[in-house]
Formats: sequence, C-alpha cells, structure tokens
Amino acid sequence: MFSGFMANAWVSGTIVAIVAGVVGFFVVLRGAAFQAHAIPNGAFAGAAFATLVGFDTLVGLAGFSIVAALGIAWLGRRARADVATALVLVLLLALGGLFLSRTTEYGPQVFSLLFGEILGVSTSELLPVALLALACVAVVGSLFRPLMLSSVLGEVAEAKGVRSGPLEVAFLLVVALATAMTVPVVGAMLIFALMIGPPAAARALSARPMVAVALSVVLALVALWGSIASAYLTDWPVGFFVGVFGAAIYGAARASVTIARRGAARSGAAT
Amino acid sequence: MGWLFEPGFFSNGPVHVALVIGGVTAVVSALVGVFTVVRGQSFGGHALSDVSTAGGSGALLIGLSPLSGFVAGDLLGGAAMEALGTEHERGRDVATGIVLGAATGLAALFLYLDATSGTTTGTAQQILFGSIFVLQPSIIPVVAALACLALGLLALLYRPLVLHTFSPEIAHARGVPVRLVGALYMAALAMAVALSSITIGTVLSTALLIGPPAAALRLTRGMGRALLVAALTGLGATWLGILLSYDSFYWSPSRRFLPVSFFVVAIIVVAYLASGLARLGLRRRPSAPGGA
Repeated sequence: MFSGFMANAWVSGTIVAIVAGVVGFFVVLRGAAFQAHAIPNGAFAGAAFATLVGFDTLVGLAGFSIVAALGIAWLGRRARADVATALVLVLLLALGGLFLSRTTEYGPQVFSLLFGEILGVSTSELLPVALLALACVAVVGSLFRPLMLSSVLGEVAEAKGVRSGPLEVAFLLVVALATAMTVPVVGAMLIFALMIGPPAAARALSARPMVAVALSVVLALVALWGSIASAYLTDWPVGFFVGVFGAAIYGAARASVTIARRGAARSGAAT
Repeated sequence: MGWLFEPGFFSNGPVHVALVIGGVTAVVSALVGVFTVVRGQSFGGHALSDVSTAGGSGALLIGLSPLSGFVAGDLLGGAAMEALGTEHERGRDVATGIVLGAATGLAALFLYLDATSGTTTGTAQQILFGSIFVLQPSIIPVVAALACLALGLLALLYRPLVLHTFSPEIAHARGVPVRLVGALYMAALAMAVALSSITIGTVLSTALLIGPPAAALRLTRGMGRALLVAALTGLGATWLGILLSYDSFYWSPSRRFLPVSFFVVAIIVVAYLASGLARLGLRRRPSAPGGA
C-alpha cells in the first residue's frame, strides 16, 4: 500500500489535506462554503478545456479557478453573493459540458476529474503541487490577523483600516490556488467536502483560533489518509470516502460536544 | 424563418417532448426560484441538485427510473438540511455544506458502480448534463403531477412565505409556524430541482432555479411581476436553448448536437447580465417609475 506508485498518492494527499485544513478553516469561519464549492467546479471546466486543446491540466485548472474566483468577486459586488456564485458556477459547468461534448476521450477521465483518482498524480507533478501548497499556506499565514478580524468582527476590522473588498478577493484567490492543486487528487466535487467537514468539526471542538486551525489540519489528514487507504483496499472512488468521512467527522464532533455539554450540565446540577 | 428553424424541428417527436417537459420545468423552477433567491437559499437549492445526482445514480443502480431517485433524494436531502440547519446564516451554510459533501461522496460511489456494472454506459454524463432529447413521452404525466404538486404547495404557502421572507418579526408576532413554512417550502424546492435535474441535468439545474428569478428581481418591483417575468425568462431561455441545440447539428461538418444545457445556461447568464444593464438604464432616466 505504501510502495511504488502509491507513494505519490500519500505525499500529494498529505499536502492536499494540510492546505484544505488551513484554507477550510477560513471558509467555514467566513461562511464561504458556496464559493468554496463553486470554484473547484469551475476548475473542472478548465481541466476539460486543457484536455480538448491539449495542454497541461494543471494550467487549465489554475486558469479557470482564478477566473471563477475573480468572476464571483466581481459579480458579487453588484448583487447578492450567493446569486453571483450560483451563476458563475453554472456558466463554468456548462462550458465544461460543452468542452466535453467536443472531445472523444471523456468517460473515465472526466470521472476522475470530478470524483478524484489517487493514482492521478505523477512524480513530475509533485513539485508544482508542493509549491502551490506552500504559496497558499504562506498567503493565509500573512493574512491571518486581518482575515480573522474581518471574519469575526467585520465592523471592527473596517475601523482598523482592513479593506474588506481586496481582502475578499485575496481570499477567493487563495481558495482558487488551493483548488487547482487539489482537484487532480480528490476531484472537483470533493475537495469541497474536505474544506468543510474537518474545519467545521474543529470549530465545534475549540473556540481558540490557533488550536482550531491545528485541529482542522489534523482532522483533514485523518479524513484523507483514511480515504486513500480505503480507496486502495476497496477500489472504490476516493471521493466517496472523502465525502462520507468529512460528514462523519463533523457529526462525531457535534455529538461529542453535545454529550460533553450534557455531562457538564448534569455534574453542575449535582453539586 | 427557415434560417432559424432547421428542417424537421416542428415535426420531430423528441423535440415536442423536450419542448413540453422543458417548458413545464422552466416555469416551475422560475416560480419556486424567486423565493429561493429572495430568501438567500441559492446554496441550498444548488446543493439539492447535487443530492439529485446521488439519488438518480442510486436509483439506476437498483433498477429504478432516475426521476424517482431525483425526487426521493431531494426530499431526503432537503429534510436533512432543515434538520441540521439553524436560523443563524453561517450555521445554515455549514449544514448545507455537510449534506452536500456527503451526497457528492455517495454520488461518486453510485456513478462508479453504475459505470462498472456495465449495463448503463454514459450514465454519468447523462445524469450530470441531462439528455432532454431522449426523454420518453411516457414520463409527461409524472412530470405534470410533480409540477402541479410543487406549484400547489407554493400557492398554499404564498402568503405566509412572503410575510416570513420580508418581515420575519411580523410573521413571528402573528404566530406563523415558521419552521413548518420553511420545511414545506424546502419540499417544493426539492420537487422543482428534481424536475430540472431530468431536463438539463443535475449540475445545471441551478441555472433555471436562480438565473431567471435573479434577472426578474433586478427588473421589477413586487412579487407578482417578478414571478411573471421570471417564468417568461426561464421559458424563453429553455425553448431557445432547445432550438439552438437542434440547429447546432447543422452548423458544423461533424454533424453533432451541442448540448442543450450549454445553450440554456448561456442564454440565462446573458439575460442576467442584460438585466443589470437594463436596470442601470432605468436608473439614469429620472422619470422612470420603479427606478429608485
């Protein structure tokens, strides 16, 4: 399970989980789940386009996810953010469908783009994936305080001179970068599950930001490692396990918090 | 008009079926979608379409029709979102996201199993991107029944829904059963999404649900007019999309249809952008009524 071609899957999976844990924390905190869902789906069109025209998939993914992020930010200034997101999303998906209808080689390839394929990462792709990951984490790290402030206390952030517009664009671009590197591994439709389930669970478990970010990364690693192992053993698509494990981790976190609260209330009543 | 309608458009059986089912779907989606947009539930509406994928592919796996899977999946998914969600907006965001993530995972598995069982080739493509030209006329009664159910529910909910959407305090004060109204609306939404999933595919059903209402709400004031404009926009986009897709067969020497869903979505997005420009025009004219 750990030898030869699987080594790439473990290495790239680990990188993906760390990025998803860090970026996902802010996705949950800012209530940006829809955007985080829309950008990878837009990136899927980029991959389809790259296949059609015949250039590198990673370039197509990165290009289209950046276009999706900028489109959402631009349209969202004039209208409801969720409507803008929905329209950018369907437009890119429709383009993806159009590109696919023009290529002859869809089938399995499309499926692995949408739902992930652990063997989809070659050794030559590891370096760009690692560099993109480093860039994502570095940007989030340098924007940590303003992001935190504007997500939790919007007015205070404005008063302190944090400009919410550019910050929002920067954040969406980080989501786009994270998307471009993660899609080949877990698929366009499921990177989102990794950015929501573990971070939401971490938020439920801890109110302290640094602890929650660390916890979010750990839970994302657990979810993705478990998914890769299960996919290897069962031969089922890795996306299935990512989706189900992500939701299960969140469910478990909510349940444990509820039980702990009840326990605390009961011991409080006893004394 | 010969340049517009390529040969055989009006005498083609599958085209008739597509026009009827597509039209019904577009109107239902637009009417239900006006409330989806106003209530800020676009994400939920979109999530239901991915839940549809899981339902449809699961139904195929056990030998049922995709439509039954779409409907069952959406009703379950909507119920799960209502149960997990809170009134708090970010809580609802996470609840929707969790349901969406789990459903997408299930869809991945079902589509994979559908593909490997070998009996249904191209299933993933068909469920995700729709196939309006291969619908059987026999499903028209089912589609009509679902449409009536969704619209009936919407008519029943109309007054409490408008009240709760625009003035939640008054709704609370008058004792409107807010949770019940929300849950029933979710059921209507689930049926609308199931319908549009079968026509333009699960990944694109959001276009019919959100696009025409969003354009209509930018152009009109008052619910009645917004509903009317949304329904007409959706209907126009769908019929024009079907026509262009049919014509596209003759455009290139390769003789292939371009997907209907692509044309429908492209028209809807253009209509939305045009509505923004039109509203700017309305604002510039100081005497224009409703141009505040």
